[in-house]
Amino acid sequence: MSNVTVTLTINGQRKTITAAPDTPLLWVLREQLKLTGTKFGCGVGQCGACTVHLNGEPTQSCLHAIKDVDGKQVTTIEGLSPDGNHPLQKAWRAEQVPQCGYCQSGQIMRAAGLLKQNSRPSREDIVEYMSPNICRCGTYVRIARAIERAAKGEV
Amino acid sequence: MSAQNPMIKNPSRRRFMTGAAGLTFGVAVASPGLQELVVGAAEAATGSSKINNWVTVFTDGTVVIQSPAAEMGQGSLTSLPLIVAEEMDADWSKVRIVAAPPNNQIYGNPAFRYLQYTAGSATVTGYFTNLRQFGAQVRYVLLDNAAQRWGVPLTEVVSGPGYAEHTKSGRRLSYGEIAAFAKVPAQAPEVQLDALDKAHFRLIGKDVPRVDVAGKTNGSAQYSIDVQVPGMVYGAILREPVDRAQPVQIDDREARAVAGVLQIVPLQYGVGVIAESPWAAFKAKQALKVTWSSEARGWKHSSGSGFEAFTKIARDDSKKGVAWETVGQAVPELGKAQNVIEGEYRADYAYHAQMEPLNSVASVSKDGCEIWCGTQSQTIAVDAVAAALGLSADKIKFNGMLLGGGFGRRGNRDLEFMVDSALLSKAVGKPVKVLWTREDDVKNGRFRPQYVNRIRAAVDDKGKIVAWHHRVVSDEALAYMDPVRFKASQGRDNIAMRGTELPTYDIPHRLAEGLQQPTGIRTAPLRAIGVGQNSFANEVFIDEVAAKLGVDPVEFRIRQLAGTPRAQRGRDVLREVARMAAWGRKREGRGLGVAYLDYSGTQLAGIAEVSLNKDGRIRVHDFWCVIDAGVAIQPDNIVAQTESSIVYGIGLALTEHIDVSGGLVQQSNFFDYHVPRMRDIPNIHIKLVQTPNHPTGAGQMATPLVPSAIANAFHQLTGVRLRQQPLLPGRVQQAMSEAGVKFA
Repeated sequence: MSNVTVTLTINGQRKTITAAPDTPLLWVLREQLKLTGTKFGCGVGQCGACTVHLNGEPTQSCLHAIKDVDGKQVTTIEGLSPDGNHPLQKAWRAEQVPQCGYCQSGQIMRAAGLLKQNSRPSREDIVEYMSPNICRCGTYVRIARAIERAAKGEV
Repeated sequence: MSAQNPMIKNPSRRRFMTGAAGLTFGVAVASPGLQELVVGAAEAATGSSKINNWVTVFTDGTVVIQSPAAEMGQGSLTSLPLIVAEEMDADWSKVRIVAAPPNNQIYGNPAFRYLQYTAGSATVTGYFTNLRQFGAQVRYVLLDNAAQRWGVPLTEVVSGPGYAEHTKSGRRLSYGEIAAFAKVPAQAPEVQLDALDKAHFRLIGKDVPRVDVAGKTNGSAQYSIDVQVPGMVYGAILREPVDRAQPVQIDDREARAVAGVLQIVPLQYGVGVIAESPWAAFKAKQALKVTWSSEARGWKHSSGSGFEAFTKIARDDSKKGVAWETVGQAVPELGKAQNVIEGEYRADYAYHAQMEPLNSVASVSKDGCEIWCGTQSQTIAVDAVAAALGLSADKIKFNGMLLGGGFGRRGNRDLEFMVDSALLSKAVGKPVKVLWTREDDVKNGRFRPQYVNRIRAAVDDKGKIVAWHHRVVSDEALAYMDPVRFKASQGRDNIAMRGTELPTYDIPHRLAEGLQQPTGIRTAPLRAIGVGQNSFANEVFIDEVAAKLGVDPVEFRIRQLAGTPRAQRGRDVLREVARMAAWGRKREGRGLGVAYLDYSGTQLAGIAEVSLNKDGRIRVHDFWCVIDAGVAIQPDNIVAQTESSIVYGIGLALTEHIDVSGGLVQQSNFFDYHVPRMRDIPNIHIKLVQTPNHPTGAGQMATPLVPSAIANAFHQLTGVRLRQQPLLPGRVQQAMSEAGVKFA
């Protein structure tokens, strides 16, 4: 299988990538572009650790082959805000959410997707929307609180 | 130095902080490696730099404190240095924390006989007294130098955050200013520490933000999986499906044909693939065709037949185990007792599921090996890699990284996932990042053993348990995960047996014996180790006894607790959790269940409120927990760890199980190994009780409460006992059917 070359806009910058066509976007981000905030957790779209925004929508980057994302816009945790001060990031710090922290980029990117479509989610909305993402440290209580805090602008 | 100084307990008495480690701190300029971490450090460099073991005070006031433990989410990267900073009266805003290098003698945990090993929720409790003493010694030296500079008695010098002050004259010197002229004694005196009930802490108990949190919200936190070094290639391992099976035939034609594959490396325990990208390595690994040797013991083991075999052993009292706890004469007392109650409990294999699949990066060169890894033991890591490469430990350069979860999976003596990268790097002559896929992580998992527990107890005519015999049959755990510790423990399997000891229940005759079996299945400590199952057995059994006697389960436990101060703390947490949960209030369609635990001195009680779905699924609506871990260094973090422990316990209680068939692990990823998601967790109510006792563990203590409290709640709801965790819907249906109870 010969390599493909695609062009993506990643965190606002155009990048040209050459890789095996079925390479998941996840591995391109992590190993070729050194955007290692996006994590590998399961490789099958079950845990959400690799969540990024693809054309503005949160999705698991392990599920998108590089050949299928030519021309698309990708935002990773590194590009969520210029200085790490997105309201969710501030809320995450205020609630001291992370423990091991490994899943938290994905959690924050998913939460950012939620707030984009629903600026004042109920607790039920949060639970439903966030359930694709696993946190093995079980920081769910604080994730939910942090999303509520960010939604209320208490950051 | 003044003999009258009230800080000094006994100036003539000298000692080393950690065995023969010698001077354990210094007030000096930076070693070059630290300078990059510290703004303004360059001006302090005078050429007389030396490595200091714990604390370095810079002339600009910056204080660098070494943190000896691995950070896997539990927060000790912050809480250990905080203890030092507290006693030295450091200005926390000027403290910088660096990871201590591998060195058992200096940085080992006293709780593990000075092994630098982060596990067992033993970090704060193990290091606490030494770190306090050590911080106090730094303060002493700083103040003593200030006193000498001013020509005043040391007794007139006090400290504030980051400074010494002579109150009579109002003179003040910052710690940084003192560092510029300070002389450090070759040995520090032991300083008398304030008793915990008298101490006025400025940092301890005040919830400083964790130092690792910011980097964990912006993607900058570095785990070993994130490491990249120049010239690095990628490795994957097709590992033996069961322990000690070896590749007999390797057909690697298809694997070699995968674009980007560089090398196939036959190993004793499997086949390594080296490739230009992770994806190529994974594809090539998939394409390998390997037949395995068939002699390994594990091929013969299956979960189902394992339970049958274990049950036979548990019931056969002629088979003696290794005594874990012996008090009085349990067996003879049971023999002559009138009222003997029995219970039998099981647990399936369980998997850690740390979010970061195992991985490591190694670079082997002619000079040795540099390794980047997240491990629960820095020194075991160095030794494991050295042994695998046939090098001496001084040839291994270790770079400790954050752990994307540990839960017991990253502290085994052989650290096979680190050895992987060392062997592949040696083979290819380049740095290699070895990545385990999630499927590798599950299939090659090292699990909590499967268990059969059998308890018999004698109850006297006053309703008091007077004799207790607990037999635990499980796979071997410690012998497999750490043969060195197993040998030192003389055959007592700490990992399998912990939690069978009953330090607070007032039962005069007790015997807990371990009958660990060599099944060939790979095992490991898993969060809460043996306590996770043994406490499940204890607390469901106690509930059964209470029910048989017609005594309220909370009241029954309170009555069984001893008169010791430690047991009184147990009573307190039980009473408090009952109050919080409004224990006496009946709820329509819901059941309440309680569990109590003394876990390494930490007192806990939990109550679950559950309902039952028609399909046999148990739903946990609320979970209340009261925890008393003594002095709370970081109270909010203890609450966070307790939330975490409860969520972990929900998974173990309700859904998580590994099934083994002919040695092969049947599960493979999160679609068939179900860990809790946000929608699965109850409302969690935690109360942290802070008492002036030596701090005890907090990182996993609540986990064992959850399965037992849920099973007990299920009994209150239905009258039916569940005796095997996880409490799967099929098991619920079967238990209901056997008891002739219909779903409401």
